[in-house]
Amino acid sequence: MGEAPQFFDEMDGFDGTVRAPYGAYASWLQDMSRPALLKKSLEAQAFFRRTGITFNVYGQAEADERLIPFDLIPRIIGAHEWANLVRGIEQRVKAINAFLHDIYHRQEILRAGRVPERLIRENAAFLPKMIGMDPPGGIYTHIVGVDLVRTGPNEFYVLEDNARTPSGVSYMLENRETMLKMFPELFSHIKVEPVQQYPTMLRRSLERCGPPAAKGNRPTVAVLTPGIHNSAYFEHAFLADQMGVELVEGHDLRVTDGRIAMRTTRGYEPVDVIYRRIDDDFLDPLNFRPDSMLGVAGILDIYRSGGITIANAPGTGIADDKAIYSYMPEIVEFYTGQKPILQNVPTWRCAEKDALAYVLEHLEELVVKEVHGSGGYGMLVGPAASKAEVRAFREKLIARPGNYIAQPTLALSTVPVLTKAGLAPRHVDLRPFVLVSPAGVEVTPGGLTRVAMKKGSLVVNSSQGGGTKDTWVLKED
Amino acid sequence: MLGRTAAGLFWLARYLERAENTTRLVDAGFRMALTRADSDTEEWRSVVTTAGCTNAYLDKHEVFRSDKVIDFVLRDKDNPTGVFRALQEARENARMTRTALTREVWEAINDAWMSVRDILKRPIAERELPEVLSLIRRQAAQVRGAVAGTMLRNDIYNFMQVGTLVERADNTARILDTKYYVLLPSSASIGSSLDNVQWEMILRSASAERSFYWLNGGNASPIAIADFLIFDARLPRSLAFCYDGITEYLKRLEREYGTSAPSHELAIRQENRLTSLNIARVFEKGLHEFLTGFMAQNAAFSVQIEADYRFYE
Repeated sequence: MGEAPQFFDEMDGFDGTVRAPYGAYASWLQDMSRPALLKKSLEAQAFFRRTGITFNVYGQAEADERLIPFDLIPRIIGAHEWANLVRGIEQRVKAINAFLHDIYHRQEILRAGRVPERLIRENAAFLPKMIGMDPPGGIYTHIVGVDLVRTGPNEFYVLEDNARTPSGVSYMLENRETMLKMFPELFSHIKVEPVQQYPTMLRRSLERCGPPAAKGNRPTVAVLTPGIHNSAYFEHAFLADQMGVELVEGHDLRVTDGRIAMRTTRGYEPVDVIYRRIDDDFLDPLNFRPDSMLGVAGILDIYRSGGITIANAPGTGIADDKAIYSYMPEIVEFYTGQKPILQNVPTWRCAEKDALAYVLEHLEELVVKEVHGSGGYGMLVGPAASKAEVRAFREKLIARPGNYIAQPTLALSTVPVLTKAGLAPRHVDLRPFVLVSPAGVEVTPGGLTRVAMKKGSLVVNSSQGGGTKDTWVLKED
Repeated sequence: MLGRTAAGLFWLARYLERAENTTRLVDAGFRMALTRADSDTEEWRSVVTTAGCTNAYLDKHEVFRSDKVIDFVLRDKDNPTGVFRALQEARENARMTRTALTREVWEAINDAWMSVRDILKRPIAERELPEVLSLIRRQAAQVRGAVAGTMLRNDIYNFMQVGTLVERADNTARILDTKYYVLLPSSASIGSSLDNVQWEMILRSASAERSFYWLNGGNASPIAIADFLIFDARLPRSLAFCYDGITEYLKRLEREYGTSAPSHELAIRQENRLTSLNIARVFEKGLHEFLTGFMAQNAAFSVQIEADYRFYE
């Protein structure tokens, strides 16, 4: 409407000229009529509902199954841009694994004074039971989802390293399936890197980390889910199905002859590698929360004696803790000897007195997050919050400053979404999925693009009404 | 396969079959109500009895009136054997066993649940009933078709088929038992219009009226009807067909697993009883007694298969 766009648009840049990766797509889009696109959009919705791609929302009386809104304008990344991201991600993920190994062994980084000891010692995500333990294959984080945001042509920031149990990969795969079904003609003239190999790569990657007890046989892999009422159950079932492995719940498993075994129609059979989608706390009622009904009693002891591989390893949460996050540049440099390729968002640790003072003074401009929170809950987006919300948050912050970090409000890039009134820019982030095994780091070319469906909103979480887009990485620029 | 998955598949098939059977009962009841001028209370009572939900019904309603029965049997969320709950359970079990199902089967079940749930959101007016019943049956048929057309013939398939047939055998036995008195020779004032209607209802409830008349040239007699529903292995809802199938699928399971189980013995015993008896002997010994015994054995078989294959901890 005449006013200059203040955000970087992935399709139109800052100045409204179509950027190179979108060239072919934009000319195709120009020839499509809006009613035809809207019709496709409805078709996509029906498709998602029929295939059962829904998620359950926590905290609603009737655990309703909701669809995550899907927008059919893809997020497109050029081959060159992607190659740079991959280098940065590999570097970061290697550093995270080295950090975890160090933290649970000699703790060199603490001795060197690069990360304060208190931050580890007093952290609930740090598991003393993992000290001295060597996970099979030496891998702690087999599956990582690195959340990236972009603010300009070459400005990418890591927002979060999801090193525990990153979710959303099923949307990456199903979004692509849907797009292939809706617009086959697009894929025949725009060369997009495929993502469908992910489940095979995941299985291979997990199999490469078999425990000593597997004795070189092809390891038996299983996905451990909390059950059908979990919000991500669809994804757990989807991944097990696509990998061709069993989807187990805690009560299907028990300790037998020093192994973890699953109850099958033919008796108990040992499992070698468990891709668990439950939190550390619930993993083992004998070793962690005694009231957990989701885990397996004694699994940690079997793990320690080499009877099972747990992916991701218990205790990896210490690496994606928001307080640790602010030290990531130091961590990357400490273990790789190189400057980080991907930038961290500048972060104020409210536990520090000067930082707290600054944050309190600038609450209206900042994003404040709980150190252990996730899913967009318990955070304050200063510029979008009302006076009353800011006041209420201020009190929480003063009461428990150590519980919070603050970051500047980033000017997240936008991608157009289809609305009834036509195309409109909405803010996005990007979660590429990374697999780590003794054979190396593999980044699937694509990922999950989450999009804030509300105009102006910067919160992309699905639990807060965010949607998703297919993410294309081009084969050549 | 996980024991829990086997349980899910077995019950998924049972609930799906149950939803379909209940639909068929309502259809037969409705048909009767349309063809009779006098009060149809007894017929609606027998629909509720056959559907196995008399107590739950009487907790809510006092009389067996068509609209109340139809609503309760199709839509009521408190009726564990009704269509709504049966389909909901079928779909929950499908969700639990998602990894054992083909995409086509899962989508057919999900689609069946969503469209039936939507159509049952409001009370069903009498004029809409035929359309609603046929939609439910069509959806169930689509699931069955997807299973037949896309699933591997392995233990997954065998557990589903056994579940279907156990549920069906129970249902057919109950249809006969609820109305066994109209089939007894003592009450057979052959040719009375009342009995004709009653017999037709029995046959309709088992989707067997066309095939029965086709085979019998239009001559109905109680003994022929009972014979057909119990002993004729050509009829896909007869007791003989069900146990013929159950023993066959168990044989395949035995081949796949390389070992038999106590439930196989029970099934073979049931089948032997059906092949060694005939309808004259059954009437001699008492139809009701025979049916009660059959249902008890059928239930015992179901419990045994759950134990044999570690359905539960």
